[in-house]
Amino acid sequence: MTVPLTWYLIFATALFSIGFFAVLARRNAIAVLMGVELMLNAVNVNLVAFWRYLTPEDLSGQIFVVFVFAVAAAEAAVGLALMISIYRTRKTINVDEINELRL
Amino acid sequence: MNVSEIIRLLLPELILLITGFVVIGVDLARRREDEGRTAAAVAVVGLILATLAAIYLYYSSPNEIVLFTLAVDLYGLFFKVASFIGVALVIIASVNFMAGRSKYLGEFYALLVFAALAISVLVSATNLILVYIGVEFLSITSYILAGFLRGNERSEEAAIKYFLYGASAGAILLFGMSLLYGLTGSTDLAAVGQALEAGGDMHWLGLVALVLVLAGLGYKASLVPFHQWAPDTYDGAPTPISAFLSTASKAAGFAVIGRVFLVAFPDFQPDWTVVLGAIAVLTMFLGNLTALKQKSVKRMLAYSSIGQAGYILLGLVAVSSDPTFGGINGVMIYLFGYIFTNIGAFLLLLPIEKKSGGSTDMEQFDGLATRSPGVALLMSLFLISLAGIPPTAGFIGKFYVFAAVINQRMILLGALAALNTIIAAFYYLNVIRHMYFAESSVDGAVAPSRGLMTVLVINAVMVLAIGIFAQFFMTWINGSLTLVTASGF
Repeated sequence: MTVPLTWYLIFATALFSIGFFAVLARRNAIAVLMGVELMLNAVNVNLVAFWRYLTPEDLSGQIFVVFVFAVAAAEAAVGLALMISIYRTRKTINVDEINELRL
Repeated sequence: MNVSEIIRLLLPELILLITGFVVIGVDLARRREDEGRTAAAVAVVGLILATLAAIYLYYSSPNEIVLFTLAVDLYGLFFKVASFIGVALVIIASVNFMAGRSKYLGEFYALLVFAALAISVLVSATNLILVYIGVEFLSITSYILAGFLRGNERSEEAAIKYFLYGASAGAILLFGMSLLYGLTGSTDLAAVGQALEAGGDMHWLGLVALVLVLAGLGYKASLVPFHQWAPDTYDGAPTPISAFLSTASKAAGFAVIGRVFLVAFPDFQPDWTVVLGAIAVLTMFLGNLTALKQKSVKRMLAYSSIGQAGYILLGLVAVSSDPTFGGINGVMIYLFGYIFTNIGAFLLLLPIEKKSGGSTDMEQFDGLATRSPGVALLMSLFLISLAGIPPTAGFIGKFYVFAAVINQRMILLGALAALNTIIAAFYYLNVIRHMYFAESSVDGAVAPSRGLMTVLVINAVMVLAIGIFAQFFMTWINGSLTLVTASGF
Protein backbone atom coordinates (compact mmCIF):
# COMPACT_ATOMS: atom_id res chain seq x y z
CA MET A 1 0.00 0.00 0.00
CA THR A 2 1.42 3.38 -0.95
CA VAL A 3 0.70 6.69 0.71
CA PRO A 4 -1.17 8.96 -1.72
CA LEU A 5 0.32 12.36 -2.69
CA THR A 6 -2.59 14.17 -1.09
CA TRP A 7 -1.54 13.05 2.39
CA TYR A 8 1.88 14.58 1.97
CA LEU A 9 0.35 17.80 0.71
CA ILE A 10 -2.09 17.99 3.63
CA PHE A 11 0.77 17.32 6.05
CA ALA A 12 2.96 20.00 4.40
CA THR A 13 0.15 22.56 4.43
CA ALA A 14 -0.55 21.86 8.09
CA LEU A 15 3.15 22.17 8.95
CA PHE A 16 3.37 25.42 6.98
CA SER A 17 0.34 26.83 8.80
CA ILE A 18 1.76 25.89 12.21
CA GLY A 19 5.02 27.60 11.28
CA PHE A 20 3.20 30.67 10.03
CA PHE A 21 1.17 30.78 13.22
CA ALA A 22 4.41 30.71 15.24
CA VAL A 23 5.79 33.59 13.18
CA LEU A 24 2.68 35.66 13.85
CA ALA A 25 2.02 34.70 17.45
CA ARG A 26 5.37 34.17 19.19
CA ARG A 27 7.10 37.24 20.63
CA ASN A 28 10.55 35.74 21.10
CA ALA A 29 12.69 36.34 18.01
CA ILE A 30 14.21 32.86 18.23
CA ALA A 31 10.74 31.27 18.35
CA VAL A 32 9.81 33.31 15.28
CA LEU A 33 12.90 31.97 13.53
CA MET A 34 11.86 28.43 14.52
CA GLY A 35 8.47 29.12 12.94
CA VAL A 36 10.22 30.14 9.72
CA GLU A 37 12.22 26.91 9.78
CA LEU A 38 8.97 24.93 10.11
CA MET A 39 7.61 26.76 7.07
CA LEU A 40 10.76 25.93 5.10
CA ASN A 41 10.50 22.25 6.10
CA ALA A 42 6.90 22.20 4.93
CA VAL A 43 8.12 23.49 1.57
CA ASN A 44 10.73 20.73 1.46
CA VAL A 45 8.11 18.06 2.12
CA ASN A 46 6.04 19.56 -0.69
CA LEU A 47 8.96 19.62 -3.12
CA VAL A 48 10.12 16.09 -2.40
CA ALA A 49 6.57 14.71 -2.59
CA PHE A 50 5.95 16.46 -5.92
CA TRP A 51 9.29 15.22 -7.21
CA ARG A 52 8.60 11.61 -6.21
CA TYR A 53 5.03 11.47 -7.50
CA LEU A 54 5.09 13.74 -10.56
CA THR A 55 8.56 13.97 -12.09
CA PRO A 56 10.80 11.22 -10.67
CA GLU A 57 13.03 11.39 -13.79
CA ASP A 58 13.77 15.13 -13.45
CA LEU A 59 15.83 16.07 -10.39
CA SER A 60 14.80 19.76 -10.12
CA GLY A 61 12.67 19.13 -7.05
CA GLN A 62 15.46 17.42 -5.14
CA ILE A 63 18.01 20.05 -6.14
CA PHE A 64 15.61 22.75 -4.99
CA VAL A 65 15.40 21.07 -1.55
CA VAL A 66 19.20 21.00 -1.21
CA PHE A 67 19.38 24.72 -1.98
CA VAL A 68 16.58 25.47 0.48
CA PHE A 69 18.60 23.70 3.20
CA ALA A 70 21.75 25.64 2.38
CA VAL A 71 20.08 29.02 2.20
CA ALA A 72 18.10 28.38 5.39
CA ALA A 73 21.35 27.59 7.21
CA ALA A 74 22.99 30.82 5.99
CA GLU A 75 19.91 32.78 6.92
CA ALA A 76 19.75 31.29 10.41
CA ALA A 77 23.44 32.10 10.94
CA VAL A 78 22.94 35.76 10.07
CA GLY A 79 19.70 35.95 12.03
CA LEU A 80 21.15 34.46 15.20
CA ALA A 81 24.17 36.77 14.95
CA LEU A 82 21.81 39.74 14.72
CA MET A 83 19.91 38.48 17.77
CA ILE A 84 23.11 38.13 19.81
CA SER A 85 24.09 41.66 18.85
CA ILE A 86 20.63 42.94 19.86
CA TYR A 87 20.76 41.02 23.13
CA ARG A 88 24.11 42.63 24.00
CA THR A 89 22.71 46.15 23.79
CA ARG A 90 19.16 45.59 25.06
CA LYS A 91 19.21 42.43 27.19
CA THR A 92 16.09 41.20 25.41
CA ILE A 93 15.08 39.63 22.11
CA ASN A 94 11.36 40.02 22.66
CA VAL A 95 10.15 41.59 19.43
CA ASP A 96 7.52 43.65 21.27
CA GLU A 97 10.25 45.41 23.24
CA ILE A 98 12.41 46.14 20.20
CA ASN A 99 10.35 49.17 19.33
CA GLU A 100 12.50 52.26 19.34
CA LEU A 101 11.70 53.05 15.71
CA ARG A 102 8.17 54.39 15.82
CA LEU A 103 6.29 57.45 14.74
CA MET B 1 28.01 26.68 -25.59
CA ASN B 2 31.73 26.56 -24.83
CA VAL B 3 33.46 27.84 -21.70
CA SER B 4 34.84 31.08 -23.16
CA GLU B 5 31.37 32.01 -24.39
CA ILE B 6 29.93 31.38 -20.92
CA ILE B 7 32.67 33.51 -19.36
CA ARG B 8 31.95 36.30 -21.83
CA LEU B 9 28.23 36.27 -21.07
CA LEU B 10 28.78 36.17 -17.32
CA LEU B 11 31.49 38.85 -17.35
CA PRO B 12 29.67 41.37 -15.11
CA GLU B 13 28.96 38.73 -12.46
CA LEU B 14 32.50 37.34 -12.54
CA ILE B 15 34.03 40.82 -12.24
CA LEU B 16 31.84 41.54 -9.21
CA LEU B 17 32.64 38.21 -7.59
CA ILE B 18 36.39 38.79 -7.93
CA THR B 19 36.06 42.43 -6.84
CA GLY B 20 34.25 41.40 -3.67
CA PHE B 21 37.08 39.13 -2.58
CA VAL B 22 39.79 41.60 -3.66
CA VAL B 23 38.12 44.28 -1.53
CA ILE B 24 38.29 42.02 1.53
CA GLY B 25 41.91 41.16 0.69
CA VAL B 26 42.94 44.78 0.22
CA ASP B 27 41.32 45.63 3.53
CA LEU B 28 43.52 43.12 5.37
CA ALA B 29 46.50 45.35 4.59
CA ARG B 30 44.66 48.52 5.64
CA ARG B 31 46.54 51.14 7.58
CA ARG B 32 44.75 53.02 10.33
CA GLU B 33 44.73 56.45 8.63
CA ASP B 34 43.38 54.94 5.41
CA GLU B 35 39.88 54.50 6.89
CA GLY B 36 38.64 52.18 4.17
CA ARG B 37 39.37 54.53 1.28
CA THR B 38 41.43 51.97 -0.67
CA ALA B 39 38.79 49.28 -0.24
CA ALA B 40 36.07 51.66 -1.39
CA ALA B 41 38.15 52.72 -4.39
CA VAL B 42 38.71 49.09 -5.41
CA ALA B 43 34.98 48.40 -5.01
CA VAL B 44 34.02 51.39 -7.14
CA VAL B 45 36.53 50.44 -9.85
CA GLY B 46 35.14 46.89 -9.86
CA LEU B 47 31.58 48.19 -10.17
CA ILE B 48 32.56 50.51 -13.02
CA LEU B 49 34.25 47.61 -14.83
CA ALA B 50 31.15 45.47 -14.29
CA THR B 51 28.97 48.30 -15.63
CA LEU B 52 31.20 48.58 -18.72
CA ALA B 53 31.04 44.81 -19.19
CA ALA B 54 27.26 44.94 -18.98
CA ILE B 55 27.16 47.80 -21.49
CA TYR B 56 29.49 45.87 -23.81
CA LEU B 57 27.21 42.84 -23.59
CA TYR B 58 24.20 45.06 -24.14
CA TYR B 59 25.61 46.28 -27.45
CA SER B 60 26.46 42.77 -28.59
CA SER B 61 22.70 42.27 -28.01
CA PRO B 62 22.72 38.75 -26.65
CA ASN B 63 19.54 36.80 -26.27
CA GLU B 64 20.65 33.67 -24.55
CA ILE B 65 20.20 31.57 -21.48
CA VAL B 66 23.48 30.63 -19.83
CA LEU B 67 23.71 27.39 -17.86
CA PHE B 68 19.94 26.82 -18.28
CA THR B 69 19.15 29.38 -15.58
CA LEU B 70 20.61 32.84 -16.26
CA ALA B 71 19.11 34.95 -19.02
CA VAL B 72 21.54 37.35 -20.63
CA ASP B 73 19.01 39.62 -22.29
CA LEU B 74 18.57 43.35 -22.73
CA TYR B 75 15.91 43.57 -20.01
CA GLY B 76 18.26 42.08 -17.42
CA LEU B 77 21.30 44.03 -18.62
CA PHE B 78 19.36 47.29 -18.36
CA PHE B 79 18.62 46.64 -14.68
CA LYS B 80 22.22 45.53 -14.10
CA VAL B 81 23.62 48.78 -15.49
CA ALA B 82 21.14 50.87 -13.49
CA SER B 83 21.76 49.13 -10.17
CA PHE B 84 25.55 48.86 -10.54
CA ILE B 85 25.67 52.65 -11.01
CA GLY B 86 23.40 53.05 -7.99
CA VAL B 87 25.61 50.87 -5.78
CA ALA B 88 28.78 52.66 -6.95
CA LEU B 89 27.25 56.04 -6.02
CA VAL B 90 26.27 54.68 -2.61
CA ILE B 91 29.82 53.41 -1.99
CA ILE B 92 31.45 56.74 -2.89
CA ALA B 93 29.07 58.57 -0.59
CA SER B 94 29.62 56.10 2.29
CA VAL B 95 33.37 56.66 2.59
CA ASN B 96 33.22 59.64 4.90
CA PHE B 97 30.13 58.41 6.71
CA MET B 98 31.51 54.99 7.57
CA ALA B 99 35.02 56.12 8.51
CA GLY B 100 35.17 56.05 12.30
CA ARG B 101 31.71 54.46 12.67
CA SER B 102 32.87 50.89 12.11
CA LYS B 103 36.06 48.88 12.24
CA TYR B 104 34.95 46.49 9.49
CA LEU B 105 35.09 48.80 6.49
CA GLY B 106 36.41 46.26 3.99
CA GLU B 107 33.53 43.94 4.77
CA PHE B 108 31.08 46.81 4.38
CA TYR B 109 32.20 47.63 0.84
CA ALA B 110 32.60 43.95 -0.06
CA LEU B 111 29.01 43.31 1.07
CA LEU B 112 27.79 46.18 -1.11
CA VAL B 113 29.63 44.64 -4.07
CA PHE B 114 28.09 41.24 -3.26
CA ALA B 115 24.69 42.92 -3.03
CA ALA B 116 25.26 44.22 -6.57
CA LEU B 117 26.17 40.66 -7.59
CA ALA B 118 22.96 39.40 -5.97
CA ILE B 119 20.91 41.96 -7.91
CA SER B 120 22.72 40.92 -11.06
CA VAL B 121 21.80 37.25 -10.51
CA LEU B 122 18.26 38.10 -9.47
CA VAL B 123 17.35 40.24 -12.49
CA SER B 124 18.48 37.54 -14.93
CA ALA B 125 17.19 34.44 -13.13
CA THR B 126 14.90 32.34 -15.33
CA ASN B 127 14.52 29.45 -12.96
CA LEU B 128 12.50 29.33 -9.75
CA ILE B 129 15.49 27.92 -7.84
CA LEU B 130 17.73 30.77 -8.96
CA VAL B 131 15.02 33.38 -8.30
CA TYR B 132 14.83 32.08 -4.73
CA ILE B 133 18.62 32.03 -4.31
CA GLY B 134 18.89 35.54 -5.77
CA VAL B 135 16.22 36.91 -3.44
CA GLU B 136 17.85 35.31 -0.39
CA PHE B 137 21.37 36.34 -1.45
CA LEU B 138 20.25 39.95 -1.73
CA SER B 139 18.25 39.71 1.51
CA ILE B 140 21.05 38.21 3.59
CA THR B 141 23.59 40.82 2.46
CA SER B 142 21.00 43.52 3.10
CA TYR B 143 20.27 42.30 6.65
CA ILE B 144 23.96 42.57 7.52
CA LEU B 145 24.29 45.98 5.85
CA ALA B 146 21.20 47.35 7.62
CA GLY B 147 22.57 46.24 10.99
CA PHE B 148 26.16 47.15 10.22
CA LEU B 149 26.52 49.76 12.98
CA ARG B 150 26.88 47.28 15.83
CA GLY B 151 25.96 48.70 19.20
CA ASN B 152 23.72 51.28 17.55
CA GLU B 153 20.22 50.35 18.73
CA ARG B 154 18.45 51.87 15.74
CA SER B 155 20.61 50.08 13.20
CA GLU B 156 20.25 46.75 15.01
CA GLU B 157 16.51 47.15 15.25
CA ALA B 158 16.30 47.99 11.54
CA ALA B 159 18.20 44.79 10.77
CA ILE B 160 16.20 42.44 13.03
CA LYS B 161 12.89 43.74 11.71
CA TYR B 162 14.09 43.34 8.15
CA PHE B 163 15.40 39.86 8.96
CA LEU B 164 12.27 38.51 10.63
CA TYR B 165 10.09 39.92 7.89
CA GLY B 166 12.37 38.84 5.07
CA ALA B 167 12.78 35.29 6.40
CA SER B 168 9.00 34.81 6.63
CA ALA B 169 8.45 36.35 3.20
CA GLY B 170 11.13 34.02 1.80
CA ALA B 171 9.32 30.98 3.22
CA ILE B 172 6.01 32.14 1.74
CA LEU B 173 7.70 32.70 -1.63
CA LEU B 174 9.06 29.16 -1.47
CA PHE B 175 5.68 27.66 -0.66
CA GLY B 176 4.25 29.39 -3.74
CA MET B 177 7.15 28.07 -5.81
CA SER B 178 6.65 24.51 -4.52
CA LEU B 179 3.01 24.70 -5.61
CA LEU B 180 4.10 25.94 -9.04
CA TYR B 181 6.53 23.05 -9.30
CA GLY B 182 3.78 20.64 -8.34
CA LEU B 183 1.37 22.15 -10.85
CA THR B 184 3.76 22.18 -13.77
CA GLY B 185 6.52 19.68 -12.99
CA SER B 186 9.22 22.18 -13.86
CA THR B 187 11.19 24.95 -12.18
CA ASP B 188 11.96 26.80 -15.41
CA LEU B 189 9.91 30.00 -15.67
CA ALA B 190 9.12 29.58 -19.36
CA ALA B 191 8.15 25.92 -18.93
CA VAL B 192 5.99 26.88 -15.95
CA GLY B 193 4.30 29.50 -18.13
CA GLN B 194 3.60 27.01 -20.92
CA ALA B 195 2.29 24.37 -18.54
CA LEU B 196 -0.01 26.87 -16.82
CA GLU B 197 -1.28 27.98 -20.21
CA ALA B 198 -2.06 24.40 -21.15
CA GLY B 199 -4.13 24.71 -18.00
CA GLY B 200 -6.50 22.09 -16.76
CA ASP B 201 -8.89 22.43 -13.88
CA MET B 202 -6.26 23.67 -11.40
CA HIS B 203 -6.47 27.37 -12.33
CA TRP B 204 -7.42 28.29 -8.75
CA LEU B 205 -4.29 26.62 -7.36
CA GLY B 206 -2.19 28.57 -9.86
CA LEU B 207 -3.82 31.69 -8.49
CA VAL B 208 -2.89 30.68 -4.93
CA ALA B 209 0.71 30.15 -6.06
CA LEU B 210 0.67 33.53 -7.81
CA VAL B 211 -0.46 35.32 -4.65
CA LEU B 212 2.16 33.52 -2.52
CA VAL B 213 4.93 34.34 -4.99
CA LEU B 214 3.76 37.94 -5.13
CA ALA B 215 3.85 38.14 -1.32
CA GLY B 216 7.41 36.83 -1.32
CA LEU B 217 8.69 39.11 -4.05
CA GLY B 218 6.52 42.11 -3.16
CA TYR B 219 8.29 42.54 0.15
CA LYS B 220 11.52 43.38 -1.71
CA ALA B 221 9.69 46.11 -3.60
CA SER B 222 7.94 47.23 -0.34
CA LEU B 223 4.42 46.81 -1.70
CA VAL B 224 1.54 47.17 0.77
CA PRO B 225 0.58 44.89 2.60
CA PHE B 226 4.10 43.42 2.59
CA HIS B 227 5.77 46.70 3.53
CA GLN B 228 5.74 46.73 7.35
CA TRP B 229 9.51 46.36 7.61
CA ALA B 230 10.26 49.20 5.20
CA PRO B 231 9.70 52.41 7.19
CA ASP B 232 11.59 51.16 10.24
CA THR B 233 14.43 49.66 8.24
CA TYR B 234 14.89 52.72 6.01
CA ASP B 235 14.72 54.92 9.11
CA GLY B 236 17.09 52.94 11.31
CA ALA B 237 19.64 51.65 8.80
CA PRO B 238 22.81 53.68 8.11
CA THR B 239 21.66 56.39 5.67
CA PRO B 240 23.70 55.20 2.64
CA ILE B 241 22.18 51.74 3.15
CA SER B 242 18.69 53.25 3.27
CA ALA B 243 19.53 54.86 -0.06
CA PHE B 244 20.62 51.47 -1.42
CA LEU B 245 17.63 49.53 -0.07
CA SER B 246 15.08 52.02 -1.33
CA THR B 247 16.53 52.18 -4.85
CA ALA B 248 18.78 49.46 -6.30
CA SER B 249 17.32 46.70 -4.13
CA LYS B 250 13.79 47.86 -4.87
CA ALA B 251 14.52 48.07 -8.61
CA ALA B 252 15.71 44.45 -8.48
CA GLY B 253 12.44 43.53 -6.76
CA PHE B 254 10.43 45.11 -9.56
CA ALA B 255 12.65 43.58 -12.24
CA VAL B 256 12.10 40.07 -10.89
CA ILE B 257 8.36 40.61 -10.36
CA GLY B 258 8.19 41.77 -13.98
CA ARG B 259 10.10 38.78 -15.31
CA VAL B 260 8.26 36.17 -13.22
CA PHE B 261 4.83 37.58 -14.07
CA LEU B 262 5.47 38.12 -17.76
CA VAL B 263 7.21 34.79 -18.35
CA ALA B 264 5.54 32.40 -15.89
CA PHE B 265 2.06 33.91 -15.48
CA PRO B 266 1.07 35.39 -18.86
CA ASP B 267 -2.03 33.20 -18.75
CA PHE B 268 -3.12 34.84 -15.49
CA GLN B 269 -2.89 38.42 -16.73
CA PRO B 270 -6.59 39.21 -16.15
CA ASP B 271 -6.18 37.95 -12.58
CA TRP B 272 -2.96 39.70 -11.72
CA THR B 273 -4.07 42.96 -13.27
CA VAL B 274 -6.79 43.11 -10.61
CA VAL B 275 -4.55 41.96 -7.75
CA LEU B 276 -1.67 44.28 -8.65
CA GLY B 277 -4.05 47.16 -9.30
CA ALA B 278 -5.52 46.86 -5.80
CA ILE B 279 -2.02 46.56 -4.29
CA ALA B 280 -0.83 49.61 -6.24
CA VAL B 281 -3.72 51.73 -4.93
CA LEU B 282 -3.15 50.57 -1.34
CA THR B 283 0.60 51.17 -1.64
CA MET B 284 0.18 54.69 -2.99
CA PHE B 285 -2.38 55.75 -0.40
CA LEU B 286 -0.66 54.20 2.60
CA GLY B 287 2.78 55.52 1.66
CA ASN B 288 1.66 59.03 0.83
CA LEU B 289 -0.87 59.54 3.63
CA THR B 290 1.56 58.30 6.29
CA ALA B 291 4.40 60.37 4.85
CA LEU B 292 2.23 63.47 5.31
CA LYS B 293 2.39 63.38 9.10
CA GLN B 294 6.09 62.55 9.56
CA LYS B 295 8.27 64.99 11.47
CA SER B 296 11.57 63.42 10.50
CA VAL B 297 12.55 63.90 6.87
CA LYS B 298 14.31 60.52 6.76
CA ARG B 299 11.14 58.76 7.87
CA MET B 300 9.12 60.86 5.45
CA LEU B 301 11.38 59.71 2.61
CA ALA B 302 10.95 56.13 3.87
CA TYR B 303 7.16 56.35 3.52
CA SER B 304 7.45 58.32 0.30
CA SER B 305 9.50 55.49 -1.19
CA ILE B 306 6.61 53.12 -0.39
CA GLY B 307 4.28 55.52 -2.19
CA GLN B 308 6.67 55.61 -5.16
CA ALA B 309 6.57 51.79 -5.30
CA GLY B 310 2.81 52.11 -5.84
CA TYR B 311 3.29 54.36 -8.88
CA ILE B 312 5.92 52.04 -10.33
CA LEU B 313 3.61 49.04 -9.92
CA LEU B 314 0.99 50.83 -12.04
CA GLY B 315 3.24 50.19 -15.03
CA LEU B 316 2.99 46.44 -14.46
CA VAL B 317 -0.77 46.66 -13.94
CA ALA B 318 -1.15 48.35 -17.33
CA VAL B 319 1.32 46.15 -19.18
CA SER B 320 0.42 45.66 -22.85
CA SER B 321 2.08 45.26 -26.23
CA ASP B 322 1.57 48.94 -27.09
CA PRO B 323 4.87 50.17 -28.60
CA THR B 324 4.86 53.62 -26.94
CA PHE B 325 2.99 53.11 -23.68
CA GLY B 326 3.53 49.42 -23.01
CA GLY B 327 3.72 49.84 -19.24
CA ILE B 328 6.92 47.91 -18.72
CA ASN B 329 8.99 50.65 -20.39
CA GLY B 330 7.33 53.08 -17.96
CA VAL B 331 8.47 50.90 -15.07
CA MET B 332 12.02 50.93 -16.43
CA ILE B 333 12.35 54.68 -17.06
CA TYR B 334 10.66 55.36 -13.71
CA LEU B 335 13.11 53.12 -11.85
CA PHE B 336 16.09 54.51 -13.75
CA GLY B 337 15.20 58.07 -12.79
CA TYR B 338 14.11 57.04 -9.31
CA ILE B 339 17.50 55.43 -8.55
CA PHE B 340 19.28 58.75 -9.07
CA THR B 341 16.59 60.87 -7.43
CA ASN B 342 16.12 58.85 -4.27
CA ILE B 343 19.83 58.13 -3.74
CA GLY B 344 20.35 61.88 -3.99
CA ALA B 345 17.57 62.69 -1.54
CA PHE B 346 18.69 60.13 1.05
CA LEU B 347 22.37 61.02 0.77
CA LEU B 348 21.60 64.69 1.26
CA LEU B 349 20.50 63.74 4.77
CA LEU B 350 24.11 62.78 5.60
CA PRO B 351 25.47 66.32 6.12
CA ILE B 352 22.23 67.30 7.90
CA GLU B 353 22.58 64.35 10.29
CA LYS B 354 26.23 65.16 10.82
CA LYS B 355 25.45 68.73 11.82
CA SER B 356 22.49 67.90 14.06
CA GLY B 357 24.03 64.79 15.61
CA GLY B 358 21.58 62.35 14.01
CA SER B 359 18.28 64.19 13.83
CA THR B 360 16.66 64.86 10.45
CA ASP B 361 13.60 66.72 11.76
CA MET B 362 12.01 69.40 9.63
CA GLU B 363 13.52 72.12 11.87
CA GLN B 364 16.98 71.11 10.70
CA PHE B 365 15.96 72.24 7.21
CA ASP B 366 14.68 75.65 8.32
CA GLY B 367 16.38 78.43 6.41
CA LEU B 368 18.80 76.05 4.73
CA ALA B 369 18.62 78.13 1.56
CA THR B 370 20.35 81.09 3.23
CA ARG B 371 22.84 78.93 5.15
CA SER B 372 23.86 76.56 2.33
CA PRO B 373 22.22 77.63 -0.94
CA GLY B 374 23.86 74.86 -3.00
CA VAL B 375 22.67 72.04 -0.74
CA ALA B 376 19.17 73.53 -0.59
CA LEU B 377 19.04 73.79 -4.37
CA LEU B 378 20.08 70.13 -4.83
CA MET B 379 17.52 68.97 -2.24
CA SER B 380 14.81 70.99 -4.00
CA LEU B 381 15.70 69.36 -7.31
CA PHE B 382 15.44 65.84 -5.85
CA LEU B 383 12.16 66.64 -4.10
CA ILE B 384 10.70 68.18 -7.25
CA SER B 385 11.67 65.06 -9.14
CA LEU B 386 10.08 62.82 -6.48
CA ALA B 387 6.92 64.92 -6.72
CA GLY B 388 6.93 64.42 -10.48
CA ILE B 389 7.23 68.04 -11.64
CA PRO B 390 8.96 68.74 -14.99
CA PRO B 391 11.73 69.06 -16.20
CA THR B 392 12.94 66.18 -14.01
CA ALA B 393 13.30 62.41 -14.24
CA GLY B 394 10.37 61.90 -11.87
CA PHE B 395 8.02 63.62 -14.30
CA ILE B 396 9.07 61.44 -17.24
CA GLY B 397 8.65 58.25 -15.19
CA LYS B 398 5.19 59.26 -14.00
CA PHE B 399 4.23 60.36 -17.52
CA TYR B 400 4.98 56.99 -19.10
CA VAL B 401 3.42 54.98 -16.27
CA PHE B 402 0.24 57.07 -16.14
CA ALA B 403 -0.03 57.17 -19.93
CA ALA B 404 0.08 53.36 -19.97
CA VAL B 405 -2.71 53.27 -17.38
CA ILE B 406 -4.89 55.70 -19.36
CA ASN B 407 -4.06 53.84 -22.56
CA GLN B 408 -5.53 50.69 -21.03
CA ARG B 409 -8.75 52.61 -20.18
CA MET B 410 -8.17 52.19 -16.45
CA ILE B 411 -9.63 55.60 -15.72
CA LEU B 412 -10.37 55.07 -12.01
CA LEU B 413 -6.81 53.85 -11.39
CA GLY B 414 -5.43 56.87 -13.24
CA ALA B 415 -7.59 59.24 -11.21
CA LEU B 416 -6.51 57.68 -7.91
CA ALA B 417 -2.86 57.92 -8.98
CA ALA B 418 -3.30 61.59 -9.91
CA LEU B 419 -4.91 62.24 -6.53
CA ASN B 420 -1.88 60.65 -4.90
CA THR B 421 0.60 62.84 -6.73
CA ILE B 422 -1.27 65.85 -5.33
CA ILE B 423 -1.07 64.47 -1.77
CA ALA B 424 2.61 63.67 -2.31
CA ALA B 425 3.41 67.12 -3.71
CA PHE B 426 2.14 68.58 -0.45
CA TYR B 427 4.77 66.94 1.75
CA TYR B 428 7.62 67.19 -0.75
CA LEU B 429 7.04 70.90 -1.26
CA ASN B 430 6.67 71.35 2.50
CA VAL B 431 10.36 70.55 2.91
CA ILE B 432 11.19 73.11 0.21
CA ARG B 433 9.04 75.64 2.11
CA HIS B 434 11.03 74.92 5.27
CA MET B 435 14.30 75.42 3.40
CA TYR B 436 13.36 78.66 1.65
CA PHE B 437 10.76 80.46 3.73
CA ALA B 438 11.29 79.45 7.36
CA GLU B 439 13.45 81.19 9.95
CA SER B 440 16.59 79.25 10.86
CA SER B 441 16.45 77.73 14.29
CA VAL B 442 20.03 76.45 13.91
CA ASP B 443 23.02 78.39 12.67
CA GLY B 444 25.79 77.59 10.28
CA ALA B 445 26.13 75.93 6.91
CA VAL B 446 26.00 72.18 6.36
CA ALA B 447 29.10 70.91 4.64
CA PRO B 448 28.92 67.77 2.51
CA SER B 449 32.29 66.07 2.01
CA ARG B 450 33.91 66.26 -1.42
CA GLY B 451 33.03 62.66 -2.38
CA LEU B 452 29.44 63.15 -1.30
CA MET B 453 29.18 66.43 -3.22
CA THR B 454 30.44 64.68 -6.39
CA VAL B 455 27.79 61.99 -6.00
CA LEU B 456 25.05 64.55 -5.40
CA VAL B 457 26.06 66.54 -8.48
CA ILE B 458 26.15 63.37 -10.63
CA ASN B 459 22.67 62.51 -9.36
CA ALA B 460 21.37 66.01 -10.03
CA VAL B 461 22.82 66.03 -13.56
CA MET B 462 21.25 62.64 -14.30
CA VAL B 463 17.88 63.70 -12.88
CA LEU B 464 17.86 66.75 -15.16
CA ALA B 465 19.30 64.86 -18.14
CA ILE B 466 16.59 62.18 -17.98
CA GLY B 467 14.00 64.92 -17.63
CA ILE B 468 15.24 66.98 -20.56
CA PHE B 469 16.56 64.32 -22.97
CA ALA B 470 13.73 61.90 -22.23
CA GLN B 471 13.47 60.90 -25.87
CA PHE B 472 17.06 59.63 -25.91
CA PHE B 473 16.57 57.49 -22.80
CA MET B 474 13.21 56.19 -23.99
CA THR B 475 14.67 55.04 -27.31
CA TRP B 476 17.27 53.16 -25.32
CA ILE B 477 14.69 51.61 -23.00
CA ASN B 478 12.24 50.72 -25.77
CA GLY B 479 15.11 48.78 -27.31
CA SER B 480 15.66 46.92 -24.02
CA LEU B 481 12.34 45.17 -23.77
CA THR B 482 13.52 41.78 -24.98
CA LEU B 483 13.07 39.04 -22.43
CA VAL B 484 14.50 35.65 -23.25
CA THR B 485 11.84 33.06 -22.77
CA ALA B 486 13.09 30.13 -24.80
CA SER B 487 13.60 27.29 -22.40
CA GLY B 488 16.94 25.55 -22.24
CA PHE B 489 15.38 22.23 -21.40
